Amino acid sequence: MSHIKKPRIHHPALTRNRLGLTRRDYEGTMSTLCAGCGHDSITAAIIEAFWELEIEPHRVAKTSGIGCSGKTPTYFLQEAHGFNGVHGRMPSITTGAHAANRELLCIGVSGDGDSLSIGMGQFAHVVRRNVDMLYIIENNGVYGLTKGQFSASADVGSTAKRGQVNREHPIDSVLLALNLGAGFVARSFSGDKEQLVPILKAGLRHRGFALIDIISPCVTFNDHHGSTKSYQYTRDNYNQLVYADFVPPAHEIAATYDEGDVRTVKLHDGSSIRFRKVPGNYDPTDRDAVYGYIRERQRAGEVATGLLYVEEAGGVGEESDFHGLQGTVEEPLVDYPFAELCPGAEKLERLQERFR
Amino acid sequence: MIASMKPTDTRNPDHYHRVVDCQWGCPAHTDIPEYIRLIANGQYTESYLLNRKSNIFPGILGRTCDRPCEPVCRRVRLDGEPVAICRLKRVASDLRDDIRPYLPEIPTEKNGKRIACIGAGCASLTVANDLLPLGYEVTIFEKLAKPGGLMWTNIPEFRLPAQVLWEEIDYILDMGVDLRLNHPIDSLAALLEEDYDAVFIGSGAPKGKELNLPGRWDSKQIHIGIEWLESVRFGHIDECGDRVLVIGVGNTAMDCCRTAQRLGASDVKVMARKTKPYFKASPWELEDAIEEQVEILENHSPSRFIIEDGKVKGMVFDLVSWHPCENGRLKAEVHDTKVIEADEVILAIGQDTAFPWIERDIGIEFNNWDMPIVDKTTFMTSRDGVFMGGDAAWGPENIIWGVEHGHQAAISIHAYCHGESLTDRPPEGMNLISQKMGLHEWTYSNDYDEAQRAKMRHVDLQERFKRMDIEVEEGFDIEQTLKEVERCLNCDAQTHFEANLCIECDACIDICPLDCLTITHNGPEEDLTQRLTAPLLNYPEEPLFISEELPQTGRIMVKDEDLCIHCGLCAERCPTAAWDMRKSDLLIPYAGLAAGELHPGMSIMDLAGAPAAVGESELAEAGAVR
Repeated sequence: MSHIKKPRIHHPALTRNRLGLTRRDYEGTMSTLCAGCGHDSITAAIIEAFWELEIEPHRVAKTSGIGCSGKTPTYFLQEAHGFNGVHGRMPSITTGAHAANRELLCIGVSGDGDSLSIGMGQFAHVVRRNVDMLYIIENNGVYGLTKGQFSASADVGSTAKRGQVNREHPIDSVLLALNLGAGFVARSFSGDKEQLVPILKAGLRHRGFALIDIISPCVTFNDHHGSTKSYQYTRDNYNQLVYADFVPPAHEIAATYDEGDVRTVKLHDGSSIRFRKVPGNYDPTDRDAVYGYIRERQRAGEVATGLLYVEEAGGVGEESDFHGLQGTVEEPLVDYPFAELCPGAEKLERLQERFR
Repeated sequence: MIASMKPTDTRNPDHYHRVVDCQWGCPAHTDIPEYIRLIANGQYTESYLLNRKSNIFPGILGRTCDRPCEPVCRRVRLDGEPVAICRLKRVASDLRDDIRPYLPEIPTEKNGKRIACIGAGCASLTVANDLLPLGYEVTIFEKLAKPGGLMWTNIPEFRLPAQVLWEEIDYILDMGVDLRLNHPIDSLAALLEEDYDAVFIGSGAPKGKELNLPGRWDSKQIHIGIEWLESVRFGHIDECGDRVLVIGVGNTAMDCCRTAQRLGASDVKVMARKTKPYFKASPWELEDAIEEQVEILENHSPSRFIIEDGKVKGMVFDLVSWHPCENGRLKAEVHDTKVIEADEVILAIGQDTAFPWIERDIGIEFNNWDMPIVDKTTFMTSRDGVFMGGDAAWGPENIIWGVEHGHQAAISIHAYCHGESLTDRPPEGMNLISQKMGLHEWTYSNDYDEAQRAKMRHVDLQERFKRMDIEVEEGFDIEQTLKEVERCLNCDAQTHFEANLCIECDACIDICPLDCLTITHNGPEEDLTQRLTAPLLNYPEEPLFISEELPQTGRIMVKDEDLCIHCGLCAERCPTAAWDMRKSDLLIPYAGLAAGELHPGMSIMDLAGAPAAVGESELAEAGAVR
């Protein structure tokens, strides 16, 4: 933790987006995480993505649970709404926020411990409910805040800082989310912003539940030889399976490569994702094939990264996201007059009468 | 394939020296950030001594320096105003204790070498300062009744109090200079006949430029600026007419117009041929003159004097405008003429060297402009053993250049007297010492301070005209000093990078407030420089740091040194100490002293020059030599 704040002075050529904001305006307070923490790089990527998408900070709800990841939302979008919830309960809190105000752009930041151990049930159900949110798992394979015990995402055979070997099987959030029906599933690496920022942008623009599992090395407890979540290991076994570019609505595609290599997938809001350099038989919209392919790469010892699966926007019909499934009202509850939201004891009495 | 960029060799003292813009810009390479930190610490004596090591006259220069360090100060590129480097130097000078105990001891046993210096100005005094502690006998010949050269004759007392001047000159004279006042040299040949091992010519540029217009020689009320200032200084002139015209807008013109006001003139006009952007005077000297209600008229080109009965009545000026012509120079177009009445005219349009006393057949070659040919490295003329520096060598500069010439000439004279090569200059060195005190604590004040430059307080306008010797600038008070020292960015606290330690976590890149850092693949210069986090604004004047290949991906770390505020956050957020803040201590050689060496018995100077680092993280990388 630094004694000084990051000075406000910035490069004179720093550009402003259409809202008149610089990238620096999307920052939060100074990080108190360990120097070199992957989470801080993810924070920087999130800042970049929000700035590029020209999202007004006050339209955003950022939520988190407990753990090093739980601190992260403090470090970006100072002017956004935030809630640091109970351990593993970020999905419920986000669901509540989104249920009440569907116009809020929800981003939840969790960790492998927060999501895959104590919050596993919450995680599973928020995927099923298809809450319209970007769910980030900062995945480092250890409980960093409690000094480096194996987490549920630690690989069999990987070692702790003091040499103990993990023998329990890991939970893979990407495979799990595919199984549970998530419409947007990605894996990335904190050390590769070129890949991460476009995926974050696509995830923020995806309607429905979007998961990005980001390998985020813990420099203090899990960046050693024998770790499978270290900077070195991740780079050595990195397989950028698919390259995905995010294209905002009404942007002409300036193709710089053969059209045959490119696969464009439309999102609900008119933006699209362009996949390029995808391996010959890879179809990022075929859930079963993607599942099989990731398993295959895992057996080959590779960390498959990229925007691995995305559901193409459907045609006209019933929305399949949370609000569509629940049949809720169109407007945020905050826009309803109080008398309508809370019609009074008499109406409640009448309602209860019906069940007697 | 075009070659990728080469990794920066930070063991070459030049790279880190360039990052310290002020020190790089100072001809004498004064260790500015360190002396500012010493002031911040209340160590005024140490700060003064550190200054004196390189610039010899901290008190004089703290008032009169042309400040080549300030326009290049990094603060200019960040918030538009440089650190008040020059006036902080004055603070150290004003608040110091007696420094005589810390001056080098002069050996009683001489080395048998005798040196003659011509002219007792800043260059000759520096030669004496450097050579006397080595056992040389130094004789200085001065044509005037007092030493100091232009520092004495041409800088009015309201800018430089006599006591400040004499004190600093006396430090040198008291080392045992054989000073011969009222002793002009009329013949160099005759001097060379005498028994001197080397001769140094530091005779300055004492001849004011003439303006041969009709009427020039018809009145005694037309003066040459530098001669007039000299007469005022010696008390030969103590009054002047009511209406004074000063021709020219250089720093001498500024001194002339302000002096005229103190001699009783009530209407002083400075006449400029061109417009403000072309004025030669330093901006701050212009400001001070304007503050004293001197009128500066642009686009007035003098055409003739109006003289009646030997008395100046005024001058006729052409009113001109300037237009670029084919060769890129400006050409004047005359629109009208105008008469401006005056009682006295002072010509301040420049000055020249003058060597009527150097015979042309004694082996000293002159060029087409009748200037002696002097080697820019060795400061020796074409005659062995005759050296030259200061304004005499290449025309008017300023004091700090004269001092640096003196240092270099002294090195040459020392080598010459010992039969060593003059062209093999002693190398500079650099120490690099970690400034880490704790996990997030540095030896220096690393937070960026947004304070604006402190404004110099001036003596009240009415009050200051009462006497010639009322110093206009009052100096910084303690509050101003404490604020101003915090504006210094400590550019010598270098961001030192060890590529082999980097794990490419991006922490430094994400935290850097000025977007100085990039990790990317190497490439040819024109390609790589386009792929940086932020666009380059002052490249290549401000250098890039290019690292060796990083271990994990083979990419490189690139740092644009231009706008770095040396906050140290990159080093604080670095998990592997690949980044560290290390103080670069430039070691400068002087005559008889290798880089970093000191005269015997100079303990306080040791202290002043030493880095402030303490604790177990001292990582001296001594001896990195060019």
